[in-house]
Amino acid sequence: MDFVVCLKQSVDLQQVRIKKETRTPVLEGIPFVFGDMDRNALEEAVKTKEKQGSGKVMALSLGPAKLRETIKDALARGADEAYILIDPVFDALDSRGKAEALAKALQKIGKFDLVLMGEGSTDNYSGQTPGRVAEILGLPLIAYATQIELGNGKVKGTRNMEDSVEVIEAPLPAVVSVTAEINKPRIPSLTQILRAGKKPVQEWKSGDIGLGTAAPKEVTVVSNLAPVEQRKQIIFETKVEQDVTSLVDALTKEGVWQH
Amino acid sequence: MANILVFSEKDDVAAELLSGAARLKGGGKVAALVIGRDAGARAANLFAYGADAIYAAEADFQPDVCVRLLCDIANGSGFDTVLLGSTQRGKELAGRVAQRLGAGCVTDAIGVEANDNGLLASRYSLGGNTVSSELVTTARKVVSVMPRVFPLAEKQARTGQVETVTVPAGAARVNLVERREKQGESVNIEQAERLVCVGRGLRQKEDVAVVQRLAKALKAELGCTRPLAYDLHWFPEERTVGLSGKKCKPALCIAVGISGQIQYTMGVRDAKVMVAINKDKNAPIFKMADYGIVGDLYQVVPRLTQAASAAG
Repeated sequence: MDFVVCLKQSVDLQQVRIKKETRTPVLEGIPFVFGDMDRNALEEAVKTKEKQGSGKVMALSLGPAKLRETIKDALARGADEAYILIDPVFDALDSRGKAEALAKALQKIGKFDLVLMGEGSTDNYSGQTPGRVAEILGLPLIAYATQIELGNGKVKGTRNMEDSVEVIEAPLPAVVSVTAEINKPRIPSLTQILRAGKKPVQEWKSGDIGLGTAAPKEVTVVSNLAPVEQRKQIIFETKVEQDVTSLVDALTKEGVWQH
Repeated sequence: MANILVFSEKDDVAAELLSGAARLKGGGKVAALVIGRDAGARAANLFAYGADAIYAAEADFQPDVCVRLLCDIANGSGFDTVLLGSTQRGKELAGRVAQRLGAGCVTDAIGVEANDNGLLASRYSLGGNTVSSELVTTARKVVSVMPRVFPLAEKQARTGQVETVTVPAGAARVNLVERREKQGESVNIEQAERLVCVGRGLRQKEDVAVVQRLAKALKAELGCTRPLAYDLHWFPEERTVGLSGKKCKPALCIAVGISGQIQYTMGVRDAKVMVAINKDKNAPIFKMADYGIVGDLYQVVPRLTQAASAAG
């Protein structure tokens, strides 16, 4: 069975700092990594392929040129080959534009049984891509899968929802978005990391997937600043006994300690 | 002017969305869709929150069905804006409905306002480091709004005729094999006045007692971060606080051994007084705390428990 896993690179969020004067995030020089749930999606594809003993796992990603480096991580983690979409035109795309580009690439790849992705990206967690891609391609969607099972031309996904646990079945090909609980992604070995550099990577520009210039934006980011912090941020850091006393005093003055 | 259709599988969230829609419509009309086996009975209550029309589909909730109905009603009755509750079930519809309607879309909005150029929605971005303001300029718009963003309006003395809609054949692409309702502890930590939350700083399941004692001494409810319920199963899922869990607004929240990822902080951003206890002084949780103690929770919490017992 053939899997395509969509992944999104973003700056390593642990390393994002905020410029105090302007409240703007400082992103320069921060390395790109794939999202946590993207890795879960990839792991699920690789694990399932290994269990079936045949088929292949393709990684698909769209992003700035750093992607040529970042994609090696997906290959080290078990993808057999990769398709990367790099074009200045893509930089101007919003959620719809990116979903359309991914869908075009999937159509060009042509043969696949299952498209897997994280339920949301690590940076924006907007969660629109699985639904948009499924709609564009006219494929069924199973969102928030915590477990999947394949057989008889179908995929069965378990969803752990707020009020209930559901099992949903869809005919293949289908799109499945996964949550962090579905598995524990493997840590690639040194050999796997070295071997990743030799795996095939296909790079496509906008024209290669039949897209022209960027579609007009539907949603424009007007500003993106750190929120004005309303919290007092009074931190106690002396001896434990003293800190607890200081905290209890403070909470008493706030009127929230009495109970 | 906007003609707004709202949907949430939760009636209290649907009421909030109607309350918010009333401010955004600017002379337009507002309607709600209710889906469920008991939709008819539930639907009529929503007129009180300002709905001009209510559509009820007496069917099992299914994402495919919901997407189809929302798009059919939007297309058939001239709604240009769809507001969804940004719960798990609401959010999964957003991208799909937007794609079908050719609408610009923002999910997990924590603020929505109408201006001359469109709808301006704000949401957390960059893993919670920033808040981005996003302007939706398309003629049609889809926004999923976090629960509790729109204050509930006063109930109006208003009634109307609920319009029954039927699910078109072939609407469901997927097949619901099984649905097991969760047997919850039936705690409602969203209503708690005081909340003690614990995260990965806790070393082992046996240590849950450490925070339990603090909660008890403070007459507080106990909550946890997602991994403690979903990965480690130390807590029932109903106690998960955060983006994909409960949204709480206690007078006092004490976050113990929680680093402060957005997945958690979205659940307690409405706490009046926020306290953090963490051994890593660079943990992001201190940035959103009013008071913090940098220290080992195993040292701090028992002493705090003692003080709480003495005070209570």
